[in-house]
Amino acid sequence: MSADLLGTVAELSRALQSRSITSAAVTERCLEQIAGRDPSINAFITVLADQAREQARAADQEIAAGRYRGPLHGVPISLKDLIDLRGTPTSAASRVRRGHVAAHDAVVSTRLRAAGAVFVGKTNLHEFALGTTNEDSAYGPVHHPLDPTRSPGGSSGGSAAAIVADMCYASIGSDTGGSIRIPAAACGLVGLKPAFGEIPIDGVVPLSSTLDHVGPLCRSVDDAALLHQTLAGMPNPSPLKPRDLSGLRFGIPRGYFLDVLDPEIAARFNEACTRLTTAGAILDDVAIPHAADAPTIYVHIALPEAAAFHATTLESQPEEYTPNVRLRLEMARYILGEDYVRAMRGRDVLIREVNTALHGRDGLLLPTLPVPAVKLGAVNVSIGTAEQPVRAVTLRLTQPFNITGHPAITMPCGRTHDGLPAGAQLVGMETVALLSVASAIEKVLQSS
Amino acid sequence: MTIDEWLQNALQDADRRNLPALRPLLEGLATSTKTLRAADWNLDLSGELPETPPTHVR
Repeated sequence: MSADLLGTVAELSRALQSRSITSAAVTERCLEQIAGRDPSINAFITVLADQAREQARAADQEIAAGRYRGPLHGVPISLKDLIDLRGTPTSAASRVRRGHVAAHDAVVSTRLRAAGAVFVGKTNLHEFALGTTNEDSAYGPVHHPLDPTRSPGGSSGGSAAAIVADMCYASIGSDTGGSIRIPAAACGLVGLKPAFGEIPIDGVVPLSSTLDHVGPLCRSVDDAALLHQTLAGMPNPSPLKPRDLSGLRFGIPRGYFLDVLDPEIAARFNEACTRLTTAGAILDDVAIPHAADAPTIYVHIALPEAAAFHATTLESQPEEYTPNVRLRLEMARYILGEDYVRAMRGRDVLIREVNTALHGRDGLLLPTLPVPAVKLGAVNVSIGTAEQPVRAVTLRLTQPFNITGHPAITMPCGRTHDGLPAGAQLVGMETVALLSVASAIEKVLQSS
Repeated sequence: MTIDEWLQNALQDADRRNLPALRPLLEGLATSTKTLRAADWNLDLSGELPETPPTHVR
């Protein structure tokens, strides 16, 4: 494997361990990609070139000395710029946090550092993660690497764009309503939202304490598993064991989840279902009766919690927020406590319904993002003859599982005629089992 | 407070704070809150209590 051939974390880690390539070489290649491509993509807020080179050299020396730490040792990755990395700014893409420098690592940064990962930089995001397009950032919008007129999705859009543009091998993002899975799907990547509470969020700028999750964006399910094990603090991360898809049972939640889909996204999803069935999977329909209530439940939980976090700075420096984010947070402050409680009861209902839908099944299978990557600046997007608000439609299929806390992963599922990626989402009860099943699905989807 | 009363108060407050751009957002929020309040999981203490208690179950 040469430094010009950027592949998965798993492939790179094997090459690094065997010393057929050095971390210094692949890190330099990532930094060259950042220098060459990021001026037009804007994926990074902070590039840590000198630190990354130093970490890579140290990794090479340790590996050469027989002190191999594991599959992330020497692997160049990035962090969404709301995750603390000691000694570097955590901007959350906001002027509100201008001048901040993290005194400590977030727990996930500590774990990645201990695993020997190389941090090439901090990636751009929708300000404070409150949006799905990355357009509202104090550092300017992120452009989709496959089409600069489009958004890579968000809020972890810089993370996804950085991987697609070969600026790093993986990135750590956050997901409150879909902010890992949406950009991963829009960019043709794998994105994992682990189960709620599984990955510590200490040292991560919060949005909603009930809905926030941290997880990886990467190029394969195997990579997601390696990163998940590290983020979760599991000892000795190892690749997934191969699993046969035959006989696995998946529920297809119809109704709300399949009612509003771009025709090409629907076609790719239906084709994926056909391939899985041909490979021996058993697919049947399941009901989540209150799924259509997910958007209102989400709004009445996420926004008041965000308002509580932002109340002080909304009052002291409102002009430092980007206009759209400020308005949403100001709106959030009008939500009544009694409606927050109603939403939390609705959350209980949805949790029970998703648990019921998963009973006796290996997962729920549905599209991740109802539309291909949207045009920058678009307020609405056309689906058939109807116009749908970008925010609502992009959150539609992911936010229910932030509400319920179930682990969910998106995998590439073909492309539109314009070459834009589509994503399939798998939801499960437990993250390690979900990853194992997702790996079996990925193999079938990749083989066609 | 009904949602309509809440909305009128919120709109007046937004105007007082010179935030007219909040108006459409608050109107959309009011629609969403009406949906939330109409949901069948909300308690009506004049009637039967639900079989499932309001606890987090995962």
